[in-house]
Amino acid sequence: MCLSIPAEVLAMQGDEAEVSVNGNRLKISLMVLKNVKPGDFVLIHSGFAIEIINRDEAEKTLEIARLMKADKI
Amino acid sequence: MNWLEGYRSRELCEALMSEIRQLAAQPLRFMEVCGGHTMAIRKFGIPSLLPETISLLSGPGCPVCVTGRAFIDQAIYLSGLEETVVCTFGDLIRVRGTDASLEKARAEGKQIRIVFSSLDAVELAKKNPEKKIVFLGVGFETTAPGTAAAILKANREGVKNFSVLSAHKLMPPAMEGIISEGIPIDGYICPGHVSTITGTKMYHPIVENFGIGCVVSGFEPLDLLQSILMLVKQVVKRKPKVEIQYSRAVKPEGNPEAQKIMREVFEPADEWWRGLGVLSYSGLKPNRKYREFDTREVFELPDFREIEPNGCLCGEILKGLKTPHQCVLFGKACTPSNPVGACMVSSEGACQTWYTYEGKN
Repeated sequence: MCLSIPAEVLAMQGDEAEVSVNGNRLKISLMVLKNVKPGDFVLIHSGFAIEIINRDEAEKTLEIARLMKADKI
Repeated sequence: MNWLEGYRSRELCEALMSEIRQLAAQPLRFMEVCGGHTMAIRKFGIPSLLPETISLLSGPGCPVCVTGRAFIDQAIYLSGLEETVVCTFGDLIRVRGTDASLEKARAEGKQIRIVFSSLDAVELAKKNPEKKIVFLGVGFETTAPGTAAAILKANREGVKNFSVLSAHKLMPPAMEGIISEGIPIDGYICPGHVSTITGTKMYHPIVENFGIGCVVSGFEPLDLLQSILMLVKQVVKRKPKVEIQYSRAVKPEGNPEAQKIMREVFEPADEWWRGLGVLSYSGLKPNRKYREFDTREVFELPDFREIEPNGCLCGEILKGLKTPHQCVLFGKACTPSNPVGACMVSSEGACQTWYTYEGKN
């Protein structure tokens, strides 16, 4: 039930945003998340954006595993 | 943005598996307390990638699974009242109450609507001022801010015919409840999107009081293996701590705006959990300021008793004491198309995930 899906913010108006989920456009609420801007990828849960996805951290997580793999070779 | 290839990379996962195999010499039991993890672990076959020394247990992490039959009974009762419409997320529609599910009640003509968001229920209330709209507030800290936002919106816009029947629950009391019952675990795989909202401060008492490590995990194979490796390292070094593996979506401080809205609208309340019973301050209800949006204040509700179906092991399964295959109903009287227990209803329930990914035998 806590499933959240990533979506790209296309446009914003007040506390609403239009987002794209794999090309499907949805209207979602920004009532529980601040500092969102168009182009951000956000996590959507039950019609609300709950967090901005941190791209640097996403890369870092992968990098840790890549280093581990390199270490094994 | 597409990191999926990396997060599902066989080579990267094998590197993690190799490290886990080297370190996990002793028997270890890790529990996940998130329905999304329950599903991901079975879907990706994570147990089959681990050494036999590591056992993964499913805990009380699926809100649909831990919600009592009495709550469904209350919702069905309300849906039968004149000019009253009950709004619910689709997840809950097939969970059985004592005599029927919301789905069955709807088929019999009761006023039950499925909504995508709590705000849809507020809109329904605005468009139908002659009706009383009851939203079923189910879910953990991930979902509760949305319910709080709906109450704030209704309050701001003077919507008087909207209320929330809350069964919202908080994760830490259940995690402590598992430990207090003496269920042996060596680490918690902590819920990703609950932690997106709450941050990680709430896990520190589990480390400090019980010496059990907590790693907040993402939902891809690489996430789960990395989290398990982090827990294994904590045990080997005998240094339990709170760590975040899912750092692309979870900050130590969480989402302050969501926390602020929850604090504004809700106060802690005692809640009943399947398998654990009533846990003090493990739930949320609208506080005094917003009591006019609390369904229990607006309606006179009869008492409904919690009666579990004969033979159903959901309560034991939700504590990691039994596996679905140990239930006599599993795959026979209880299947995804005709579920008896709540753990078979939800796609994130332990029973349905086992049925789907492990087979019914």
